[in-house]
Amino acid sequence: MWRDALLVAGKDLRIERRSRVTTNQVAPFAVVVLVLFAFALDPDRGVLTRAAAGLFWVAVLFCAVLAVQRSFTVEAADGARDGLRLSGIDPAGVFLGKAGAVAVQLVALEALLTAGVVLLYGADLKGGAVLLATCVTATVGLAAAGTVYGVLSAGLRVRETLLPLLLLPVAAPVLLSATRAWEVALGTGGGGDGAAPWLRLLVVFAVVYVAFGVVAFGALLEEA
Amino acid sequence: MAPAIRFRSAVVLLGRFPALAGVDFDVEAGEAVLVQGPNGAGKTTLLRACAGLAPVVAGEALVLGHDVRRDRRAVRRRVAHLGHATRLYDDLTVAENVRFAVRAARGGADRVAAALEGLGLDGRLRDISVGRLSAGQRRRTALAICMALDPELWLLDEPHAGLDAQGRDLLDAAVRAALGRGATVLLASHEAERARALATRVVTMAGGQVHEHPDRRAPAAPRGEPAHVA
Repeated sequence: MWRDALLVAGKDLRIERRSRVTTNQVAPFAVVVLVLFAFALDPDRGVLTRAAAGLFWVAVLFCAVLAVQRSFTVEAADGARDGLRLSGIDPAGVFLGKAGAVAVQLVALEALLTAGVVLLYGADLKGGAVLLATCVTATVGLAAAGTVYGVLSAGLRVRETLLPLLLLPVAAPVLLSATRAWEVALGTGGGGDGAAPWLRLLVVFAVVYVAFGVVAFGALLEEA
Repeated sequence: MAPAIRFRSAVVLLGRFPALAGVDFDVEAGEAVLVQGPNGAGKTTLLRACAGLAPVVAGEALVLGHDVRRDRRAVRRRVAHLGHATRLYDDLTVAENVRFAVRAARGGADRVAAALEGLGLDGRLRDISVGRLSAGQRRRTALAICMALDPELWLLDEPHAGLDAQGRDLLDAAVRAALGRGATVLLASHEAERARALATRVVTMAGGQVHEHPDRRAPAAPRGEPAHVA
């Protein structure tokens, strides 16, 4: 399974490196989202700073939709999905590989967005460990859930519009938890019990979707 | 010896439409069977069902001893299916596409080079992105993957389509070589002359059913001298 996962992740990342969709389209999109938020809330920079965590994770969520969309568009072209099914690769390996490749892209985008919120919103990056732990757990959860819903919508003609409709509500717990955890770390809100409960929720979300994907991806891929 | 393919009253639905409507069909190991028939007869669906890509919802369907009605995945590492789509990744090179398929099938790296060489893809084409190839070159790349996998069962759907004369000759040579190694071949083609030259038996499909005449079935002819039935 892990060998297959590495094979699929390597293939997806190689395709991304060649096509440069993430660097030339998704990354600029992420920056544009941050800039638009800044335009909308510009008169009061204090609001931007206080809302930095939420705006960051909304931007990450949008990027996740695009990254997952791209991951399955690659498989839709010229019957490649049939090739993947025929290849004999363990479906759990396909799931982990595709989710892993999406996660790698998301981590890169999060690094870019982090720089964006510092420069544009004046966010002060305190609590580095919490920020990092939030990014890791939220990214794993988003990539896993995105890959599950990506394959669900992959075989449908309406996949471009269906994926956000499916994924965004499901990812709401990630948005909420990651935002609260970051607010605690940045000192812009939260407090209470600190970041730990939110991180636990992120871990639970990630574990549930990774486990579900490993078990169910084969059946979902067959029906796609 | 157990048949390579054994279908009994096999039904495959495309939506509600029975693309295979109770197919009874046997292919012995080592045979090369040509499936002929008009568009919509069910040839593509038959080949997809044999590859475990189209679900058999009723009847019996054994491919290389695997019950593809129960488990469609089990047979896939043992077959190669060349369909209408080439199933290649445009942003990977010819060699990378073949290498990915071979690694997925747990094959050795030496098979990649041999397949590329066998289909004339080992020169400058080797490192060109598939998205920049002509339709015929893409078809050759897809065929190179079939060759590199060296499967027990070749499922070829209109394999000559889109290939130039040299490509067709290379395809025919690859299929004959596979037959020589004991592989089984099931091919669907409208190019009767070329395909018949490869086949040891011919069956006809119409209305989602296979029509053959067992009493007229000839023993497998020597390579290059096919016997025709139906």
